[in-house]
Amino acid sequence: MTKILQVKDLELSFHTFAGEVKAIRGVNFDLNKGETLAIVGESGSGKSVTTKSIMRLLPESSSEFKNGEILFNGKDLTKLPEQEMQKIRGKDISMIFQDPMTSLNPTMTIGKQVMEPILKHQKVSKAKARKVAIELLAMVGIPNAENRYKMYPHQFSGGQRQRIVIATALACNPQILIADEPTTALDVTIQAQILELMKDIQKKIDTSIIFITHDLGVVANVADRVAVMYGGKIVEIGTVDEIFYNPQHPYTWGLLSSMPSMDVNEEKLYAIPGTPPDLLFPPKGDAFALRSEYALQIDMEEPPPFFQVSETHYAATWLLHPQAPQVEPPAAIIERMRTFPGSRYYEATGGRA
Amino acid sequence: MQKDYEQLPQDKFKRITLNSDHAERIAKPSLSFWQDAWLRLRKNKGAVVSLVVLVLMIILALVGPHLNGHDGTTQNLRHANLPPKMQGIENLGVMDGVGNLGGKKIDLYEMKKVDEYYWFGTDGLGRDLFTRLWQGTQISLLIAFVAAMIDLVIGVIYGGVSGYFGGRTDDIMQRIVEILIGIPTLIVVILMLMIMEPGIKAIIIAISITGWIGMSRIVRAQILKFKNQEFVLAARTLGTNDKKIMSKHLMPNVLGIIIINTMFTIPNAIFFEAFLSFIGIGLQPPNASLGTLINDGYKVMEHQPYVLLFPAIVISVLMIAFNLIGDGLRDALDPKMKD
Amino acid sequence: MVKYIGKRIIYMFITMFLIATATFFLMQTLPGSPIASYSKLNDTQKAIVEKKYGIDKPTPVQYAIYMKNLAKGDLGTSFAFKGKSVNDLLASRIKPSFILGAQAMVFGTIIGILLGMLAALRQNTFWDYGSTFLAILGTSIPSFVFAALLQYYVASQWHLLPVGLWNDGWKSSILPSLALAMGPLALSARFIRTEMIEVMSSDYITLAKAKGANKFEIAFKHAFRNALIPLVTVLGPVAAGLVTGSLVVEKIFAIPGIGEQFVSSIMVNDFATIMGTTLFFSAFLIVVIFIVDILYGVIDPRIRLAGGKS
Repeated sequence: MTKILQVKDLELSFHTFAGEVKAIRGVNFDLNKGETLAIVGESGSGKSVTTKSIMRLLPESSSEFKNGEILFNGKDLTKLPEQEMQKIRGKDISMIFQDPMTSLNPTMTIGKQVMEPILKHQKVSKAKARKVAIELLAMVGIPNAENRYKMYPHQFSGGQRQRIVIATALACNPQILIADEPTTALDVTIQAQILELMKDIQKKIDTSIIFITHDLGVVANVADRVAVMYGGKIVEIGTVDEIFYNPQHPYTWGLLSSMPSMDVNEEKLYAIPGTPPDLLFPPKGDAFALRSEYALQIDMEEPPPFFQVSETHYAATWLLHPQAPQVEPPAAIIERMRTFPGSRYYEATGGRA
Repeated sequence: MQKDYEQLPQDKFKRITLNSDHAERIAKPSLSFWQDAWLRLRKNKGAVVSLVVLVLMIILALVGPHLNGHDGTTQNLRHANLPPKMQGIENLGVMDGVGNLGGKKIDLYEMKKVDEYYWFGTDGLGRDLFTRLWQGTQISLLIAFVAAMIDLVIGVIYGGVSGYFGGRTDDIMQRIVEILIGIPTLIVVILMLMIMEPGIKAIIIAISITGWIGMSRIVRAQILKFKNQEFVLAARTLGTNDKKIMSKHLMPNVLGIIIINTMFTIPNAIFFEAFLSFIGIGLQPPNASLGTLINDGYKVMEHQPYVLLFPAIVISVLMIAFNLIGDGLRDALDPKMKD
Repeated sequence: MVKYIGKRIIYMFITMFLIATATFFLMQTLPGSPIASYSKLNDTQKAIVEKKYGIDKPTPVQYAIYMKNLAKGDLGTSFAFKGKSVNDLLASRIKPSFILGAQAMVFGTIIGILLGMLAALRQNTFWDYGSTFLAILGTSIPSFVFAALLQYYVASQWHLLPVGLWNDGWKSSILPSLALAMGPLALSARFIRTEMIEVMSSDYITLAKAKGANKFEIAFKHAFRNALIPLVTVLGPVAAGLVTGSLVVEKIFAIPGIGEQFVSSIMVNDFATIMGTTLFFSAFLIVVIFIVDILYGVIDPRIRLAGGKS
């Protein structure tokens, strides 16, 4: 597998009136060609900021890279001059935003907006660009694209607008597509359609996708690998199966337990106590320890390193240290682990539910 | 991603139990809406300076007329048309009593054998302009404040009732507003002034007769915005009555915008008063307001520019201060306010 | 849309009718007028006026006659200007007022837009503070103070331009236009700055950036149009400000325009001219606001649809 993007020790801060907000505090991950990596976490965990920093879309006046690098095709994106960055945006890496109602320019026809990256990055005539744009619109499922090409965003529904945004993002066959909660603002039925569309497209153009979401149901549906973020750090990363059926970090346990599911009869839905850490004054040790019932003394003192669980699975929790006591995950998690070969609760006979 | 984990003291791996209150602890001190707004307003230098300037102006408007012993209405033709002269800075070449007389620069105080100091000079009737200026400022501020208060009361009640009760009430009230809003303020103000006895009362009535419409529209829009929000529905579900919902739930949310709007009505009223007095249908002599003073000054601008200069500065500074405070309040109370 | 326009036109007529009625009855209660001025006329004039307006008849009849003449577009006869019709008076004076207003409007808005853009794109720099300060001055300093200062310094002291009157061609119009332009300038600069900052932080600007657009394209291709469209809404207040300003500015520079005439007709209680000019100003402002609303619907695609539906 070729690594198309490598994020190493990324640290980023915002300068605000209140002081320095350490929004990303050492993030590491790789993105392989053709895969979908989901980044999950609650609001304020730094997932959106991470991807916006890859695109360098954060306001330059208030944000600052403190450390680390983002390697894309051998270039460190954190150090690239703005002009070089403009050549990458929309061409090699493109992005879809959360709210389709606000992410299209209300006073520009959708055709023009889809054409914009084509004209910007490829040396083609207007007529050709127009043709490509219509094809793209048809591909993302806008019926009657030739005629609707000249319409304005408000003449489309939310789901259709998100399709148009996707068409724009795909205009130059990007190597990486970053989708920042692309379905959050949509109806559930539309959500499913958009997810299907994204999966289809990935098959067609072989792009890598970074999919940001807080919805674990969506993750299971689209992702190959999952990174769980908390307090500006990745706390656990692994394949979808590893994260869903052999989670190691107490925060991942919390997330999975708080996901309503059909097959487990819960009396009441689990909620993670407390609130996310204030990144103006990030905690010294494990940021989640304050909210975790599995906290160890050392969590208060030192941030945990990544412990390897398998070839593809890493988790940053002191619980994986050989000296750490064995703890019993929540019942629902044990239930999940029973079905995963290699987990300590695996029941060979049980198999996958 | 280390493989060999360093050996750490075993007691570090003791499990600890944390009080869950600890997790729920809120790190930042909790500030009320108004405390927060005040902090933000204090960061706005323009607004803070304006606030200080405004307070100084108001104090001067109150005590200024009694500061130099002249009373502002006494006419003394021997002392007419004296340029500004002030102790202390008269030696610096400004405000030294030197004025133009037939194209020559001459110390008019010496020539007319006047021993007193007229800080801002005198007018053609020998009245002290310093005293008159602050008397005028007082009147202008009074007119502006009262007009703004009337706008506020009528506007809030009209807009509040219309927005809160909605339905037919709102329909009828809004039709009336739609027609009134079409009538240009200038026209109404001028017509009203022409049929009333000129004076402070007439100006206040003329300014407020259409002034409240803007406020009522803003209040109505805000009430409409808030009244269907969940917190109001919740209060209603719990059986809170109309009066209480209005006063406890809606008004606090609308208060910010009311204050901001008032901060912009006041300079508007100051302007209108001055405007009306300047074109000659506002306050009548010998009453002084900033407008009449500017009008008087304008007439003799060619030869005694100082008569115009001081009231022009005062009205400009007042207007700038009110506008900057209004801007500051708008940013502080609601950074995203657009409607 | 058609229904909306129709509704608006009806409202315009109701408003005009109310203004005309109010003006008429207010003028009736005006001390000393119109009979006082009427008595200054000679007998032939009296006869003409009596016949046309029924001054000797009871008020309701006078009102009916007045409204009938008004419907025909006849604003009446001036008492101060020896029997000249108000229509003629207005017509003879509209040109200077129009030129001043148009020049002030064009100059003020263009400079205002430029300043506002500059301030928004160079936020928190010297340019931002400079143009914001200028805008504050423009909104705060009353037009007559500004006009008086211009006249004193530029004309009387430095002798660069005429002190007043309307007899030196274009030169005569520079200072009064400048004095009038401060309002629209300040208003549009402030408006565009706020709008631009708002637009620049919107999602579609971030998306445009994510498409690889450069700063110039973002500011002009994407943001500018969106920031400019709502500026149409300030045209109403700007027009009202220009009318207000024209009264004092024309008075100060002794411009033979409608504003100057209005002020002097108030001074001499010229009943018919006051009413006529009042109606003229009202009609002008009402029409401006109407056009602004329609225009806003036409140029903003979002509203165009919303209007079509309702």
